[in-house]
Amino acid sequence: MAELLLRPFAAIGNLTLAGLESMGRAWRLFASAAVSIRNTDVWMPLLLPQMARVGVASVPIALFIATFTGIVMALQASYSLTGTIPSYFVGTLVGKTMILELGPVLTGLVLAGRVGANISAELGTMRVTEQVDALETLAYDPLAYLVVPRLLAGIVMFPVVVLLAISIGIAAGWFTALQLLEMSSAEFVKGLRIYYAPWDVWFAVIKSLSFGAVVTGTGCYCGLQTEGGAEGVGRSATRAVVAACMIILCLDAFWAAVLL
Amino acid sequence: MSIRLREVHKAFGPKEVLRGFTLEVRDGETLAIVGPSGSGKSVLLKHVAGLLRPDSGSIFVDTHSVPDLSRKELTRLRRRIGYVFQFAALFDSMTVTENVGMGLRRMPEWDARRIAARVEECLALVDLHGLGDRYPAQLSGGQRKRAGLARAIAPSPKFLLYDEPTTGLDPVTTTVIDRLILRMSDEMGVTGLVVTHDMTSAYRVADRITLLHDGRARFTGAPDEVQAAGDEVLRGFVEGDPDLYFGRNNDGT
Repeated sequence: MAELLLRPFAAIGNLTLAGLESMGRAWRLFASAAVSIRNTDVWMPLLLPQMARVGVASVPIALFIATFTGIVMALQASYSLTGTIPSYFVGTLVGKTMILELGPVLTGLVLAGRVGANISAELGTMRVTEQVDALETLAYDPLAYLVVPRLLAGIVMFPVVVLLAISIGIAAGWFTALQLLEMSSAEFVKGLRIYYAPWDVWFAVIKSLSFGAVVTGTGCYCGLQTEGGAEGVGRSATRAVVAACMIILCLDAFWAAVLL
Repeated sequence: MSIRLREVHKAFGPKEVLRGFTLEVRDGETLAIVGPSGSGKSVLLKHVAGLLRPDSGSIFVDTHSVPDLSRKELTRLRRRIGYVFQFAALFDSMTVTENVGMGLRRMPEWDARRIAARVEECLALVDLHGLGDRYPAQLSGGQRKRAGLARAIAPSPKFLLYDEPTTGLDPVTTTVIDRLILRMSDEMGVTGLVVTHDMTSAYRVADRITLLHDGRARFTGAPDEVQAAGDEVLRGFVEGDPDLYFGRNNDGT
């Protein structure tokens, strides 16, 4: 009976231990990757292709999401702001929410699926087919070859993609305001500028930079931890996406509390 | 002695794979380690290449204690060790030429022209001349193994580690690979460690054969000594007789 009562506590304990162990391993991987940055001859030639894969290839999906987010934001702002609230606040709401929250977070979550799963599946396949071991036997540092260029590409390219998404989202909101809400450009721009602070953009850049590190880092970590065959690769990809999404949302709250 | 393992222990969780394995591979010889699937042969090979660390025991390649080497020293040692993987482990995103040249690109004294010439030479050696532009997915199983061998020998290693080089191949391709292994040893003086469960192949390529059983080296001897040995476990493995290998009251499951 007592054993039955203790079972949930044991399960919680085991889960906590597994989580801490996983976090420890992840930090060790990133510390080793930081050391591997000195092997510039290994990762430097791979950086540009990775930037294209992580960043440039993600632009269409990021812009697609941002466009519809901008449209919906403008329509919902117009619906919510009634009575004595001036209509130019539609511009304020679209601008502020796109820059501070929706641009970075939605793009981060979408790229967690696209980029994180891709990296995890690729490195996971390399792990289970012994290609990572092959790199080592050929005198390559696998962290410098596989992790560093992906991590740096994420850190550099996420802010670029997010800034593009923010711009397109605001433009879509603006277009919606003109076409569907019978607002003038002057009104929308007035609302956009009234509470604009340059720091907001820096805030978005800092957030997206951290999201880039999280998405690529989790993808690399889960990929390199892959065990088993195709099933293991699939499990790693799922784990990478779920973990990256959770960390992004926690980081979002953290940055809001610390920087705003 | 060029490769020396002494009392090597390795466990993965509760499963003890190596339980005091001891072995010496002489300079220039080819030694085959045989044993059933899952007996720890590949694990052993990975210890020699420094891909795994033993729980205890010592592993020497020439005068270097592999587990004690720093990352930099290990990288330097690996330039002298070629590793042929069981499923070739070719990089999917690269052509055969790029795969074979990978190890050479890490050597500062090798320029692009010299690398290209060496890659061609190695591809010709393994009879893959003209297939350099293909991707691994476009090769047959035997061609992939040969490409893996070409990649391993390109930096002219002193040691070659073969992980199941003939598994899954037809008898003709098996003979081709076996001849290549013999050539590496005879013409280039490479010290070879071959892990296999294919006894025909082991007899053909090895100067000596070691049976890995229960995490330890059960028997080591020349091919004719293996064939003449009275050890029941060895005979059980060689003859494929589970009653002899596992004992009459144990089916090994």
